[in-house]
Amino acid sequence: MTTRYTKDHEYIRVEGDAGIVGISDYAQGQLGDVVFVELPSVGKSLSKGDEAAVVESVKAASEVYAPVSGEVIEVNSELEASPGTVNEDAAGRGWFMKIRLTNESELEGLMTEEQYQEFVKSIS
Amino acid sequence: MAEPAHSDEPLLKTPLHAEHVALGARMVPFAGYDMPVQYPTGIMTEHNWTREHAGLFDVSHMGQAFLVTEDKSHETVAKALEAMIPADVANLKPNQQRYSQLLADDGGILDDLMVTRVGAPGHEGWLYLVVNASMKEQDYAHIQARLPKGVSLNRKDNLGLMALQGPSAEAVLAKLSPEAAALSFMMSADVQIDGIWCHVSRSGYTGEDGFEISCKGEDAAKLWRALLADPEVKAIGLGARDSLRLEAGLCLYGHDIDTTTSPIEAGLIWSIQKRRREEGGFPGAERVQREIKDGASRVRVGIKPEGRAPAREGSVITTPDGREVGIVTSGGFGPTVNGPVAMGYVVKDASVVGTDLHLIVRGKPLPAKVAAMPFAPHRYKR
Repeated sequence: MTTRYTKDHEYIRVEGDAGIVGISDYAQGQLGDVVFVELPSVGKSLSKGDEAAVVESVKAASEVYAPVSGEVIEVNSELEASPGTVNEDAAGRGWFMKIRLTNESELEGLMTEEQYQEFVKSIS
Repeated sequence: MAEPAHSDEPLLKTPLHAEHVALGARMVPFAGYDMPVQYPTGIMTEHNWTREHAGLFDVSHMGQAFLVTEDKSHETVAKALEAMIPADVANLKPNQQRYSQLLADDGGILDDLMVTRVGAPGHEGWLYLVVNASMKEQDYAHIQARLPKGVSLNRKDNLGLMALQGPSAEAVLAKLSPEAAALSFMMSADVQIDGIWCHVSRSGYTGEDGFEISCKGEDAAKLWRALLADPEVKAIGLGARDSLRLEAGLCLYGHDIDTTTSPIEAGLIWSIQKRRREEGGFPGAERVQREIKDGASRVRVGIKPEGRAPAREGSVITTPDGREVGIVTSGGFGPTVNGPVAMGYVVKDASVVGTDLHLIVRGKPLPAKVAAMPFAPHRYKR
């Protein structure tokens, strides 16, 4: 199991040929209280960088981009009823979607946990 | 996720800037100032705290100024301002405050503002104005250019301004100034709090009971701390200020009102008193009087999205069969309503409360209904 991060604060936790996508704890802190999450439909095919979901805080809407290319195979429908889960547990129960990767080499362009923590330090 | 854009321009600081930083606020650029958008507990908590206890807001970025006439006559200064705004200034009682708008010749709104007839002894012929931070330079230039001889505009850039809002505001202020706490809605007084000169009015921008307190910039931090020392009071940022005013159905300049909207379209007829409606004599009077008589072709309405998704400013409004009828001017999540709320302009025949609408959000139609405003009931002490 490896977790990789984008500069836009999405994470992908890869297990086998699939990865769980969400936003980082830093990102949820920046957003503030999450009040709505719009998730993609299962079966949707995404290219790396595509708009995959939308997360709305009290203040604003933000796009969540696909960290890698792949097909959406599952979404966290619990977020519809309790979007605040993203704030409570961004790395765990607050996940957004599961993607079946179509190009695993794309992971190499993403940051490791350590690199991401350095990156967050550099921007905050 | 997309990051908001940052500007490199140097930002102005209010006299309370260091207080916000010390409280751990997240600071953002707003109207040229470095302002607290939220404190560590977040917008939702701050919003709810204000509705249930008392919130303290730094609004020192707003423009405070006096309009003063040499002849010390209220009539003279009232007449000068009435040439620019549609409110009745002449019949203001000493210390009475009124909401109005600076109007363009076509009846569009240049800014909205608060006007108070100063009641302090020796200040006959003085009006106290509070204008929006983002508009103050333009407003001052506009007013200056239209003043008759003998009337002058004195901007007071060195004053602080804070708002204490919420059901506990009265009890909190009563401990510091019983006189200020006894004011009725839209009345003001000059009082001493902790030895600090303050101009206090019973008004605000949240829909809650509360006060707006002006003081010298150098005294602002001391007053801020004195108010925050009460366990009922917490500091509240611009984020919650926006969600509170949206639930209260109050307009935000540059969003819900601007040079393209008239006061009648905006539903602000209540701010134009009877004599002015009849007599006119303000910029755009012809349009305002015509719209009062015939109705405006479009009006500002409250909108309640039926699902959980907020519709933001700029979302197109259509009928359920797809006819475009308007646009959302403010929209977001209302913590007190516990759901999305919005306001916007729609054509007259789509403006009745209960009318079914669609809001186009990210290309998809979102069912919504025209709703009565305010979304959260006003709790002013009249």
